[in-house]
Amino acid sequence: MTPEDKLPVRLACGSVRLKVNGEAVILRRSGALWLEQHQTLVVADLHLEKGSAYAARGQMLPPYDTAETLRRLDGEVAALGPRRLILLGDSLHDGQAEARLAAINVDQIEQLAKGLELLWVAGNHDADGPRHLPGQTIDEMTIGQLILRHEPHPAPQPGEVSGHLHPCAKVIGKGRSVRRRCFATDGQRLILPAFGAYAGGLNLRDAAFSPLFAKPPIAAALGKDQVHLIGWNQLVADRLTLAAPRH
Amino acid sequence: MERPAPTLPPTLPSQFQDWFAAKGWAARDHQIAMVQRAKAGRHVLLIAPTGGGKTLAGFLPSLIDLSQTPASERAESIHTLYVSPLKALAVDVARNLMAPIEEMGLPIRVESRTGDTNLSKRQRQKANPPDILLTTPEQLALFCAWDGARAYFANLKTVIIDEVHALHGSKRGDLLCLGLARLQSFSPAMRRVGLSATVEDPERLRRWIAPRPEVADLVLGTPGAAPRIEVLLSDQRVPWAGHSAQHAMAEVYETLKTAQTALVFVNTRWQSEFAFQELWRLNEDNLPIALHHGALAPEQRRKVEAAMARGELRAVVCTSTLDLGIDWGGVDLVIQLAAPKGSSRLVQRIGRSNHRLDEPSRALLVPANRFEMLECQAALEAVAAGALDGDPPRTGALDVLAQHLMGACCGEGLSSEALFAEARSAAPYEDMTQRDFDDVLSFVSDGGYALRTYDQFRRIVKGQDGLWCVRNPQTAQRHRLNVGAIVAAATLNIRVSSGRHGGGRKIGEAEEWYFEQLTPGDTFLFGGEVWRFEGVSGMDARVTRSGDKEPKIPSWGGTKFSMSSHLAERVRDMIMDRDHWQQLPGDVQDWLGAQAAHSAIPAADGLLVETFPRGGKSYLVCYPFEGRLAHTTLAMLLTRRLDRLGVAPLGFVCNDYVLCIWAMKPMDGLDLNDLFQQDMLGDDLEAWLDDSVMLKRLFRHCALISGLIERRFAGAEKSGRQVTFSSDLIYDVLRKHQPDHLLLRCARADAAEGMLDIRRLGDFLQRIVGKIEGISLPKVSPFAVPVMMEIGREAIAGAAQEAILEDAAFDLISEALS
Repeated sequence: MTPEDKLPVRLACGSVRLKVNGEAVILRRSGALWLEQHQTLVVADLHLEKGSAYAARGQMLPPYDTAETLRRLDGEVAALGPRRLILLGDSLHDGQAEARLAAINVDQIEQLAKGLELLWVAGNHDADGPRHLPGQTIDEMTIGQLILRHEPHPAPQPGEVSGHLHPCAKVIGKGRSVRRRCFATDGQRLILPAFGAYAGGLNLRDAAFSPLFAKPPIAAALGKDQVHLIGWNQLVADRLTLAAPRH
Repeated sequence: MERPAPTLPPTLPSQFQDWFAAKGWAARDHQIAMVQRAKAGRHVLLIAPTGGGKTLAGFLPSLIDLSQTPASERAESIHTLYVSPLKALAVDVARNLMAPIEEMGLPIRVESRTGDTNLSKRQRQKANPPDILLTTPEQLALFCAWDGARAYFANLKTVIIDEVHALHGSKRGDLLCLGLARLQSFSPAMRRVGLSATVEDPERLRRWIAPRPEVADLVLGTPGAAPRIEVLLSDQRVPWAGHSAQHAMAEVYETLKTAQTALVFVNTRWQSEFAFQELWRLNEDNLPIALHHGALAPEQRRKVEAAMARGELRAVVCTSTLDLGIDWGGVDLVIQLAAPKGSSRLVQRIGRSNHRLDEPSRALLVPANRFEMLECQAALEAVAAGALDGDPPRTGALDVLAQHLMGACCGEGLSSEALFAEARSAAPYEDMTQRDFDDVLSFVSDGGYALRTYDQFRRIVKGQDGLWCVRNPQTAQRHRLNVGAIVAAATLNIRVSSGRHGGGRKIGEAEEWYFEQLTPGDTFLFGGEVWRFEGVSGMDARVTRSGDKEPKIPSWGGTKFSMSSHLAERVRDMIMDRDHWQQLPGDVQDWLGAQAAHSAIPAADGLLVETFPRGGKSYLVCYPFEGRLAHTTLAMLLTRRLDRLGVAPLGFVCNDYVLCIWAMKPMDGLDLNDLFQQDMLGDDLEAWLDDSVMLKRLFRHCALISGLIERRFAGAEKSGRQVTFSSDLIYDVLRKHQPDHLLLRCARADAAEGMLDIRRLGDFLQRIVGKIEGISLPKVSPFAVPVMMEIGREAIAGAAQEAILEDAAFDLISEALS
């Protein structure tokens, strides 16, 4: 393996190609993971019907998050033409989300499922997977050098691709701060950003991430037209804490 | 001018006349007039300078009425409600009101109720109402959302709104006005009294205070003697740039010594810290000089206010938190550091001094740089001419109406017709369309979405009787937790660190963004002392005392007010008129002369645009004099255009007078009429607005105020973090799927009026059509020097966010990945 193989490469469409546990992966500006060799598209944490979950509790968030999330997913499927689509857990926001889906969204999912293999990885919000929607529910899956699951296992896990934590990168420049969803990787394991329109984010500098990476991870932040690679030392926590981890 | 006819019989009962006589006072004309208006049952607006016995004039009718009602006829309810914008004011007026009550032995109970009042006292007030209740607009909003309010206020005779001039032109004023309409519904015979400082347009306030379509009567207090204002002509050279007036501090100190008590006004909190430190450095006579601003802990502010009242202080360095409020007779000098930004604000600040009305107030303006010298001179002349700047016209905000409607329906069931009529009786909403109202009601109920999936989740429901009412008590409770029109930036407590674990004295609060800039070990100035920043934990920024004399982090420059358009016009006229120059100090005259020689003097009604090269870059400098906010918007739009023209703009900087853009390629050949075309406010503005951080921030305010998202949650203290939902996520989705949604309309309306000053920018672009003068210079002009000196302090490039991300990209990534 030449040194060039290790470097991340920026692609014309704004994506970044790099290696996780030796396996080449493409990080898309949309937050999706494209495993070109395996013609597999992976997205995590869609949280469909999160808006209506809040409305049920009195905060009337616009009910368009499901439509928006599916629209973005549609866009990626149309652009890449995958043979297999993996939803990496927490695809539905809660146990009643499937029932709240509007008919038009159910149609959208059914259209999506035609012509490819649709797999739902069980999450913590939707542990049983959908009851009536197309596709198969699984716990985890091995693809090449990678193992795909919803929640990252503690301690370093070479080749693990997971979601669940909704990583975000925050940087400060020109007197202002910018916060974006991001992929997080140390070359050994990879955590995907949340794909859902209303999914919140946890700062990569947060303590929840530190036990997972043997050495400080880099962030691949989702910009308007491209993915930006940002090193650990450029990242700042949401609050500067007394116990900031030092690397 | 309303004056009582001289032949009227005495208006005051003998008890009150005796009281005035015992104090050695004569009841003033306007105080008598207020009593007469009350007898006639008229709504009234009193305009009087501070110190004119305005508060007593407001309460006199109520005191008389209560003193003359025998105990047997007294209703067990609130007789008079007083509302003031400041918590401290409400508490202070209570204290002052006790003087006549106690001295005359009147059987009247007065209490105050603010956010600081403890729970048991508030419960007592509900169970056992006082005669006079002094409170804040937020408490009134909470009352409106209470189902006991109708009974509680059924016998309300009078509501007094203090500092009307400060309240009316804002969202807070909108909410208050709606609250007054609600009170009027509880007590139709209620009389409204407004107390105001001198304003440019009394007619507007007369309409604001009254239930529309009525207009309140006007009573004018005796105007005080004209103020004596001087502009400090420093022996030092007036600096080219800067905001701090540092060059003149020694002279300011000398002036302080000539006064009994002085107020030193500055425009921002950080300027106050800086000025305070500077004065103490010069304070060889050890004068007691205090500091007062909004971030200091309330106890600290109370201490300063009490010391002022006792006459123990020689000077207080303060910000606009002291613009309103209690009069202190001992203040005989007002010093305004750096330009006042508006003549109204200046007059009101000058009004703080010397409350023996017959003697003129003394004021000193200390400009911080050469342009400010012009502005101060213009302000001085404006005040002398009695020319005050007014507020632009505004209509009531719909997000505020949403909050109010929700509250009303928490209190009782109401028909939409009744709600509509009641809202339209509030001046800011008198021209509201049925469509807008229906949109707001629909929003309150289920979010107002085209996609009708939320019927089952409605917050307010229409019953069989056709009345709208809150869904259940839990929903009402959530509303009450989140009431209020003021949306503040997230703040951290500043706490003196005592050991590693918790505790420690809180010395104040400051916005989170300030601490984002600091790393542990940095020192900064607060409360007049230098502190060392240790870090943040939870809601606290921990600090320890630093031994340093100088803080490492400089004060954050700039003001939050823009120069008013009236002052701007005066400054432009002043520059154009050479005869006028003689009023200005020597080095400013030289500067104006140099500008005339090397470039040109900006025409009063046109626009001067200079271009020149410097340091390998090209500069475009223009002089709109339209205020920093309008200039920032203009700069953003110009930068987009320049980008399309291929000159590669790199950044811009602007202040109240000037705008400067720099680029890679020369800009002298450009068609300026094209560049400044009004159509930039069309598609360009839409596109930029949609993307802009500014609009997202405004949207967030609208989302919070309207009740779409909640900031406070029940049980949040126990359960730890309950996070406010990110409004940015909502904004993005809403823009795509329902671009005409109510809240997006609200955010755009706010942009037009407030933070982006689009209306003002539009008027400006209209004004300069065909009157743009372009000059291509070989080097920087004298007028451009000040703004050039500000480059590097706050350069903001156009596509800032993406650029910041790009800059952060790290080239040691390969090392990290190997």
